[in-house]
Amino acid sequence: MRRIEAVDRSIVKIFFDGQLIEAYEGDSVAAALLSTGMKSIRDTAVTATPRGPFCMMGVCFDCLVEIDGLPNRQACMIQVYDGMVVERQSGAAAIASDSPSHNKQSTGKQSSGKT
Amino acid sequence: MKSHAQIAVIGAGPAGLAAATKASSQGADVILFDEQPAPGGQIYRAVESATAAQKKVLGTSYARGEGLVRALRESSVDYRPASTIWQLTAEREIGVSRDGAAGIVTADRVIVAGGAIERPFPIPGWTLPGVATAGAAQILLKSSGLVSEGAIFAGSGPLLYLVVSQYLRAGLRPAALIDTTPRSNRWPALKKFAAALKRWDLLVEGAGWMREIRQASIRVERAASDLAIEGSDHAEAIVFHDGHGKPQRITGDRIFLHQGVVPNVNLTMSAGCRHHWNDRQLCWVPDVDRWYGSSLPGISIIGDGAGIAGAVAAEAAGRIAAIGVLQELGYSDAPTADKQSEPHRRKLAQENAIRPFLDLWFRPNDAHRIPDRPETIVCRCEEVTAGDLRQGIALGAPGPNQLKAFCRAGMGPCQGRMCGLTVTELLAAETGKDPEAVGYYRLRPPVKPLTLGELAALPISKE
Repeated sequence: MRRIEAVDRSIVKIFFDGQLIEAYEGDSVAAALLSTGMKSIRDTAVTATPRGPFCMMGVCFDCLVEIDGLPNRQACMIQVYDGMVVERQSGAAAIASDSPSHNKQSTGKQSSGKT
Repeated sequence: MKSHAQIAVIGAGPAGLAAATKASSQGADVILFDEQPAPGGQIYRAVESATAAQKKVLGTSYARGEGLVRALRESSVDYRPASTIWQLTAEREIGVSRDGAAGIVTADRVIVAGGAIERPFPIPGWTLPGVATAGAAQILLKSSGLVSEGAIFAGSGPLLYLVVSQYLRAGLRPAALIDTTPRSNRWPALKKFAAALKRWDLLVEGAGWMREIRQASIRVERAASDLAIEGSDHAEAIVFHDGHGKPQRITGDRIFLHQGVVPNVNLTMSAGCRHHWNDRQLCWVPDVDRWYGSSLPGISIIGDGAGIAGAVAAEAAGRIAAIGVLQELGYSDAPTADKQSEPHRRKLAQENAIRPFLDLWFRPNDAHRIPDRPETIVCRCEEVTAGDLRQGIALGAPGPNQLKAFCRAGMGPCQGRMCGLTVTELLAAETGKDPEAVGYYRLRPPVKPLTLGELAALPISKE
């Protein structure tokens, strides 16, 4: 996606899976990710199939991401701020306490190239 | 922070803004909750921060929101943005989360202005990344000035044409507009055309969008059916039958779907307000009286959340409900309230006059509401297909709640918002019952997820 005009709002830097993304103040996390041309931003809990933002208004829950360590946040409902760390969620959350990363999947098919 | 108000309004779209400012203008203490970071709802989203270029693209009816938002800013309303409401009880206890902290606010009167959501569009491939709603395309335009080159728009309804015309004004050329409005809608709709002329200006505005689309000479397909989206990791093409029944395929990786809007009823249903099936709008609508009072005392429901009627009607309903509530709270007497509400009721009657025509003209294709193909995903969260649902029905699941237990449809985080109408209509079609008799999911709070931490940190009640 692209912007219809030069944006005069301040630039906000966020990280998605470690990759630096420049967004603008007032962007939702989902808008910031879509602005880079990205389509899928998570893998479903049931079959780990890629999904992307669908409704952009907090209804569909298809844009769930981990933000600053908190999983299952609606990327379309949260605005970006400088230094925000966003992580892709893949599959169902692991419940076992010995799992170092709580939102990585424990069962089901692992999607390729996304960790 | 204050945890009790005389009047709590939920939702800062046109209905909620009008209700809250009207109520506070007579001295009542009013809290206005909204899930978005800025007032305006979806229709006037980001109206305060929109640039001149955005306003030009978005058009004149969008600018109407500026006055409503200004009135809020000048009022004494306790406006609380970015507040997610996860509970409303019959005792008017409102569960709210803001910045990761949950609380309960009580109110003598609650006015719910939850607005509309887009109707589900269950076709093969609608879950693929790159597919979004036309509403989503408009939100990206309003909030971030973001647009997609070569986008495909498909479906039916005023919003679809509006967004395409906005795209054209922004200098883009969508790859196609695939209109799924069935030709068979025309005759029943035209019988209601005379009444619709009361809002001739709206018809002219709509005709203007159509003209912009025609003059842009982008590809337009009419009376398209059997939509499906193809792709592996993301959308790659849309296939359909054109108006002559010929198969067509258009490639594109940004596809925006829309087939109308329906009331957002999760909160009012979970509170226990009575709802009924509206056969013309094909959705659930709360029962309300002439002051927008619901079946529960002290809870009013206004705007598109009480039946789709548009932004101007929502505003009028908001003022009528506020006048009614103020009278109940003793700020005025019944004759005064009647007199005050009169101009708003006239406005409302004028707005409602166009609805039968619009509802019938844009009545979505049966096959796009009740999917035939077994592989079509109905419940996006739990990835339950039409085939799974039909199997559950064949096994004897008599209603949506039993089906939910059989195959998990409606059990995911969206809590049925994306599949509930499809499940009701599919059950009705399979069992030969009315949607009203089939019913809906039994919704329970929290209607939006909150963390156990937030729940645990809630103050313990006196009992």
